[in-house]
Amino acid sequence: MVEFNLPANSVVKEGKTFSAPADAKNVRAFKIYRFDPDSGDNPRTDTYDIDLDKCGPMVLDALIKIKNEIDATLTFRRSCREGICGSCAMNIDGRNTLACLKPIDDIKGEVKIYPLPHMPVVKDLVPDLSQPYAQLASIEPWLKADSPNPPDGERLQSREERAKLDGLWECILCFSCSTACPSYWWNSDRYLGPAVLLQAYRWLADSRDEYTGERLDALEDPFRLYRCHTIMNCTNTCPKGLNPALAITEIKKMIAERRA
Amino acid sequence: MSESYKIIDHNYDVVVMGAGGAGLRATLGTVEAGLKTACITKVFPTRSHTVAAQGGIGASLGNMSEDHWQWHMYDTVKGSDWLGDQDAIEYMCRNAVPAVHELEHYGMPFSRTEDGKIYQRPFGGHTRDHGKAPVERACAAADRTGHAMLHTLYQQCLKHKAEFFVEYIALDLIMDDDGSCKGLMAWDLDTGELHRFNAKMVILASGGYGRAFFSCTSAHTCTGDGHGMVARAGLGLQDMEFVQFHPTGIYGSGCLITEGARGEGGYLTNSEGERFMERYAPTVKDLASRDVVSRGMAQEIRDGRGVGEHGEYIHLHLEHLGSEVLWERLPGITETAKIFAGVDATKEPIPVLPTVHYNMGGIPTNYKGEVLRPTAKDPNAIVPGLMAAGEAACVSVHGANRLGTNSLLDLVVFGRACGMHAAEVVDAKASFKELKATDGEEAVERFDRLRWAKGSRPTADIRLEMQRVMQGNCGVFRTSEILKEGKDKLSETAKTLPDVGVSDRSLIWNSDLVETLELENLMTCAAATMNSAEARHESRGAHAHEDHPKRDDETWMKHTIATVDTEKGYGVDLTYRPVNNFTLTDEVSYIEPKERVY
Repeated sequence: MVEFNLPANSVVKEGKTFSAPADAKNVRAFKIYRFDPDSGDNPRTDTYDIDLDKCGPMVLDALIKIKNEIDATLTFRRSCREGICGSCAMNIDGRNTLACLKPIDDIKGEVKIYPLPHMPVVKDLVPDLSQPYAQLASIEPWLKADSPNPPDGERLQSREERAKLDGLWECILCFSCSTACPSYWWNSDRYLGPAVLLQAYRWLADSRDEYTGERLDALEDPFRLYRCHTIMNCTNTCPKGLNPALAITEIKKMIAERRA
Repeated sequence: MSESYKIIDHNYDVVVMGAGGAGLRATLGTVEAGLKTACITKVFPTRSHTVAAQGGIGASLGNMSEDHWQWHMYDTVKGSDWLGDQDAIEYMCRNAVPAVHELEHYGMPFSRTEDGKIYQRPFGGHTRDHGKAPVERACAAADRTGHAMLHTLYQQCLKHKAEFFVEYIALDLIMDDDGSCKGLMAWDLDTGELHRFNAKMVILASGGYGRAFFSCTSAHTCTGDGHGMVARAGLGLQDMEFVQFHPTGIYGSGCLITEGARGEGGYLTNSEGERFMERYAPTVKDLASRDVVSRGMAQEIRDGRGVGEHGEYIHLHLEHLGSEVLWERLPGITETAKIFAGVDATKEPIPVLPTVHYNMGGIPTNYKGEVLRPTAKDPNAIVPGLMAAGEAACVSVHGANRLGTNSLLDLVVFGRACGMHAAEVVDAKASFKELKATDGEEAVERFDRLRWAKGSRPTADIRLEMQRVMQGNCGVFRTSEILKEGKDKLSETAKTLPDVGVSDRSLIWNSDLVETLELENLMTCAAATMNSAEARHESRGAHAHEDHPKRDDETWMKHTIATVDTEKGYGVDLTYRPVNNFTLTDEVSYIEPKERVY
C-alpha cells in the first residue's frame, strides 16, 4: 500500500497547555490549532482549560474569552457574532461551521478547533480564502439583462418567481461547504465548489436575469461543475441550513434539459 | 522607532476606507466615473456590518398604500427631534425612491407584493400624513435586507472591476500643511506590510462605534476607526452624545431583533402582561420612534414591572402572527431567537432589552459628503480632500434620533453623493501632490509604539473598563451626577492607555495589535460621547437628561462639535455649530419645531 507522509514542516506538534484557575468547577479543554507564520515553527495544538461557568454559551464566546483573558496572541476572524457575516467559519469538533452559532454544550469532551480544511493557513484559525473569492467573481454574480430598466420603477417579479431565490440568496459566503467537499479538496483549482455553484444557480433562478444560456455555457465543463459527485458534505455542514447540493443538481438538470 | 519598516507607495485618485453599504456605493460611483479608486477594508466586503441590518430601507414608493417623500421628510425631522439638518433630510428623502429602484435594478432580491412590486412594511416613526397612522415604507428583503443590499453592492463592484485591498487596517490620515487631506496609511494583515496611499480624495465610510459600550447589537469590528483618524488629525466630531438604544436586543446576547417584527404586528408587554406602549405613545404605540420605545421599556423596568426573576427584561410577542408569517417574513429573527434566547418565537415571547445600536453622531459633513471643519467664522468650512458617509458620518440627517430604515437609506444616498461629488472635484488627469518623506511617519510611530507596548494592562482589560463606564454612565437615562461621574471615571481609564500591554509582536495578522489600535479609536469616541452628553443640559431624542427633562430649543438647538486631545489623556474641547434651518429647494418649506408626540 502507498504511504503518504506530510512534509516535515507541516506536522502538527503538541503545544502548550493553559490550566484553568484552581477554583473552577465546570472545566472544558479547548484544543486549538496554532500556526505562527513569522516564526517558521511547525504548527502546534495548544490546550486551554476553560471554566464554562464563566463563559458564554457559544464556541466563539470561548475563543474570545481565551483571547481576552488567557492568550492574546490567539488569532481568528470574527465580526457580527450572530451568524450573518460569515467571518468565524472554522472546523469545530470535526465539522465546518460558524463558531458564533455553535453551542459548546453540543460538543462532548474536548473541543477541537482547526481552520477550515485544505486552505492555506495564514495564521492560527485564519485561512487564505482568496481562491474561492476569485472563483465567485468568475461566475459573474450580478444581474445581467439587456432589456432596459423601467425608468420610474422596479422590475416586476411575482411572489412565486421570487420564492425560487429562497434558500439561495441567504448564503453568507463562509465557505464551510466548499472546504468540506472532497472534490473541492482535490480539484479546488478547477472545480468551483458548492458555495460558488450555489451563487451561480442563484442567478440562473432569478426571473429578472436574461443570460441563462451564457451562464450555463460557462458552467458546462467537466471540472467547473461536474466534479460534484453528490457527496452531500456541503448540505450537511451548511451552518445556515442551505442546500448547495440541490442547487448543483438543478444546474445539472438545466443543462440536461437544454441538451434534450 | 525600534525598527525601520518598508513602506509601499500607491497613487489613487480616490481612496475609500470601508466596504459596507456606504463605502461600496461610493466606490461604485467613483469607479463608474472613471476615477482610479482603491477601496481598503479591514474585513472582506460582505462581512461588513451593513450585512446585519434586518427590517428594510425607507422609501416612499407607495407600493402598499399612499405615500410621499414629503411625509417621509416630516417623519425624519420629527424623529430627529429637530436636530437634523433639513437641507440634508430633504436630499435624502427625495432621493430615496430612485435609490431603492436603483438597488432593485442592480438585482437586489426584495420581497414582493401580490402584483410583483417591492414589498413594504410599517416601521417605527414612519407615518402617513404627518403622524396620523403607521405607513408601509420599509422596503424589505424578508428580514435580511442589509445582507441583500450589501451583497448586491459588492456584486456591482465586481461587475465594474473595482479594486479592493481586503484585510487592510487603516492607521491614520496624511494631512497637508494647508489643512487638506492627501491620503492615508494602512497595514496589510496578510503580509504584515505597511502601505502609503497618496490620494486626491479620501472617503471615510468606516461605520459606527457601538463597541465603546458593554452591550450592543454592533459587530466586534464597529470600533470607530474613521472617527479616531479624524480626531488624531485635529478635526472635530459632531453630536456624539446621541447614541441610539434599539428597543429589542435579545436579553443577554444583545443580538438584534428587527423593529420590523413590530412592523408586522408584534408588541411589547411588561410583567403584568400589559401592552404598556399604549400609555407612552397612544397613536402609534409599539411603532413609536426607537428612543421613545426604549425609554418606555426602561421606565417599566425601573417601576418594577420588568419580566423575569429579577424583573430585568421585557417580552416581545410574535407568537400570535402564526408560524407561516414568521417563517416567510421574519425567518432570520425567528432563527436568532431560537439560537440566542432558546425561544420558539412561534409559540412564546422573546426576552428583550434596549441595547446600544447606532451612533447618530460622527464626522460632520454637508449633504454632498464633504467633511466640515467648523470655525466661529464659518460653521460650514470644509476639509479639502476628505469626505465621509454612512454611520461614520453625521450629515446630519438623523439628528438626535434615527428612524429605523433610514440608515440603509443614508448609506446608499450619501455613498452615491460622495461618488458624484468626487467625480466633480477630482481630476483624473491632474498629477498627484508629492508626498514628503515624513508623510505618514507619525502613523508608523504609533503603530510601532503599540506593537511593542510592554505595559501592565492588557488591551481587553482597558477596553472592558471603558465599556462598563459607558454602559453604566451614558445609558438610556442620564443625570448630571451620573454623567459627571462617568466623565471622571472615563478619564481615569483613558489615562491608563499609555500602560497598555500587547503580547503579540508579529506583523502578519497580529490581531492583538489590531484590537489595540481599535481601542484607541474607541476611547476617542467614548470621550467625545461622554463629554458631549455631560454638557448638553436638555432632553432631545436619544439624549434623555432627567435633570433637564424638556427640549430647550432656545439654548440647545445646535450641533455639538467635540475635539478630542488624543495626545494628552483624551480631554475634550466642545464648541457648537448651528442647525441648518433651511431646506434644499423651494418645493418644501422648513418644518418648524414643535412638541414631539407619537
